[in-house]
Amino acid sequence: MQHFHFEPCQLPPEAEELRVEVRDFLTENLHDPEVKRARSWSGFEPEFSRKVGERGWIGMTWPKQYGGHERTFFERYVVLEEMLAAGAPVSAHWVADRQSGPLLLRFGTEEQRQRFLPQIVRGECYFCIGMSEPDSGSDLASVRTRAEKVDGGWKVNGTKLWTSGAHRTHYMIALFRTDPNPEDRHGGLTQFLVDMKSPGITVRPVPDLAGQEHFNEVIFEDAFVPDDMLVGTEGGGWGQVTAELAFERSGPERYLSCIRLLLELIREASQDPTERQAVAIGKLVAQLANLRQMSLSVAGMLQDGKSPALEASVVKDLGAVFEQSLPGIAQDLSELEPTLENGNDFQQVLAFLTQVSPSFSLRGGTREILRGIIARGLGLR
Amino acid sequence: MNELRAILSDSIARLLTDEVTVDVRRSAEDGDWPTALWTKLEENGHPRVLVPEDQGGVGGGWLDAHTVIQAAGRFAAPVPISETILAGRILADAALDVPDGPITIAPVRPDEVLKISRTGNSWSLSGTVSRVPWGAAADHLAVQAEADGQPHVALVAQGQASIQADRNIAREPRDTLTFEGAAVIAAAPASDRDSLWRYGAMIRSAQIAGALETVLDQSVQYANDRVQFGRPIGKFQAVQQQLAILAGQTAAVGAAAETAFGKAEAGDPEFEIMVAKTRASEAAEAAASIAHQTHGAIGFTYEHTLHYATRRLWSWRAEFGTASHWAGRLGRLAAGRGADALWPMVVAR
Ligand SMILES: Cc1cc2nc3c(=O)[nH]c(=O)nc-3n(C[C@H](O)[C@H](O)[C@H](O)COP(=O)(O)OP(=O)(O)OC[C@H]3O[C@@H](n4cnc5c(N)ncnc54)[C@H](O)[C@@H]3O)c2cc1C
Repeated sequence: MQHFHFEPCQLPPEAEELRVEVRDFLTENLHDPEVKRARSWSGFEPEFSRKVGERGWIGMTWPKQYGGHERTFFERYVVLEEMLAAGAPVSAHWVADRQSGPLLLRFGTEEQRQRFLPQIVRGECYFCIGMSEPDSGSDLASVRTRAEKVDGGWKVNGTKLWTSGAHRTHYMIALFRTDPNPEDRHGGLTQFLVDMKSPGITVRPVPDLAGQEHFNEVIFEDAFVPDDMLVGTEGGGWGQVTAELAFERSGPERYLSCIRLLLELIREASQDPTERQAVAIGKLVAQLANLRQMSLSVAGMLQDGKSPALEASVVKDLGAVFEQSLPGIAQDLSELEPTLENGNDFQQVLAFLTQVSPSFSLRGGTREILRGIIARGLGLR
Repeated sequence: MNELRAILSDSIARLLTDEVTVDVRRSAEDGDWPTALWTKLEENGHPRVLVPEDQGGVGGGWLDAHTVIQAAGRFAAPVPISETILAGRILADAALDVPDGPITIAPVRPDEVLKISRTGNSWSLSGTVSRVPWGAAADHLAVQAEADGQPHVALVAQGQASIQADRNIAREPRDTLTFEGAAVIAAAPASDRDSLWRYGAMIRSAQIAGALETVLDQSVQYANDRVQFGRPIGKFQAVQQQLAILAGQTAAVGAAAETAFGKAEAGDPEFEIMVAKTRASEAAEAAASIAHQTHGAIGFTYEHTLHYATRRLWSWRAEFGTASHWAGRLGRLAAGRGADALWPMVVAR
């Protein structure tokens, strides 16, 4: 029988020294108002990303030969958690740093690594993830966007949906069907690097319920992808995507999306909270601290060379429940209404996070899918 | 986990597997003292894990204590092993001798105060304390008491109090003791009034973490064994989703409790204890509910063993402070320091 054990983990001194540097950097470079900081994981600012790259805080654990900095997972962890806790606009470089770069390091050709990783590290080259389609969400193996072999490359037809940042990133790591009749359900899928400027690609933003233009529909009509942009092995896409999703799920962002609201709630409560406020805030702080213990423990497992995919799913699920509960709890403690134009920081942050909170248990694998993975880890399937 | 602790973990698990049989649990619930179990624990030094070697103990640290206490929770060991470990530490910290045998602690309620006073060379103890674990059965009692408004630690032998017996819903003794000028074996000034309450919450968090592991194991096992509609119920998504929640809560409380003990080793674990007991008491509720739902009617019988863990979860979530008690403390701390101090406080651990 499997237990998930999260061994308590202590950051080494060099990581704590780096924390001070990151905080100083943020004090100097981040002047956004609270409501903008609440958008952290969707804030897209190339100027900011380039500065982060200059400091050596992208591709931190990657080999030096590709521009990486060969620093520890702990150091990377500290940079990420400080950025997210401060509400820095990280989304431009973030996808490449978190998953596309590691994917290329693991499965890419030498030429692909040389070409893309140094640009990513400088904070100049941004990626999006083309997995989901109109008829393929949780059931990712059912993707239909077709890549057919042609001379010198592949001809692509079909539609990707919900692609975050497709309208402003340079490349997509896409999962296409290369064999329409594979022997098993997980076969016949292949990953490609797609240049978003290629002819035959149309990107249409799909406004979300809060009115933000963040994710997109991406239509491929006879778009051409050269042979040297195939990532890994033809037909091996399923295994690669699974590894990629493990990178995506293991980060500290998976519980920090609503921290701005917790901070505003504490400000609203003042230094002399009512008992009801104190208890509610205490329960939230307990969860926050508990999730941070677990997420740091996952970083420790990564540092030890383990692959904590199951543990990461546990943290993501608990983290999403926590983040998602926050707007409701905050609203229940305050008679202030959420406001769009005026109102104080609490009201504006509440308005934004209330609207986006449904996405926390959808993006990167739904709650039900994660719990299915955890159940399998328990030996139930 | 370091190697020595892994050995300790194996040995305590083996001991408790052998000794905490269903018969032992049942007769303990009927009020019998499990002599064989306690003797084995003493032989291995587990009750004195936190007592320094020069005071006759094992000289272990808080993380070693965690290993023993978590296991005691996991196996529902019906003895005051956790209380004895804590008593040993409190006495040793006050430079008092630690006697052999089971020792309990008091007060265990936040609003109760014991007083000691000195006449010549001897001390005497007065006051009433309720819900004392094994208050009548333990050989000795380590108390936190006031003398002229100053916190002290004192050691009292069994038989000095008038006793009103009671039990918690796990049928563990929780007695009310009244002292009227009772003889005190030894007393010494203590640094802190709150420490019994805080460390009590910490040990209950680790016991809850252990009991959560047991209800998770039992529930997963049962879901794989029990067949309905032609397949194990663990194949049904509705059941899987609930057990995944249970696994998450179990892992979370495990991390919170172990972190608190690790912090106690290095300094003041007050923040971590607030986090651990809040999370443990919250999780106890959800976990017991999922475990019982998974087991159906059989888990509702006295015959089945699930209740040894779930009745402890329901008892321990209230003992040494509910989730709301500790959350209230934590919330006041967080609000008092202000929003800008929150994140530094969370990561400065
Ligand atoms: C903000 C946001 C950003 C996103 N960004 C990207 C991106 O950049 N790239 C990308 O490729 N995708 C992206 N997605 C898509 C995301 O990965 C999908 O939303 C997700 O995989 C679920 O797919 P779906 O929305 O089609 O829901 P569905 O799969 O249709 O699920 C609907 C409901 O049914 C449940 N369900 C489905 N199958 C099962 C099952 N087997 N058992 C139990 N319940 C089940 C789900 O849990 C869910 O509750 C993004 C989504 C959001 C919300």
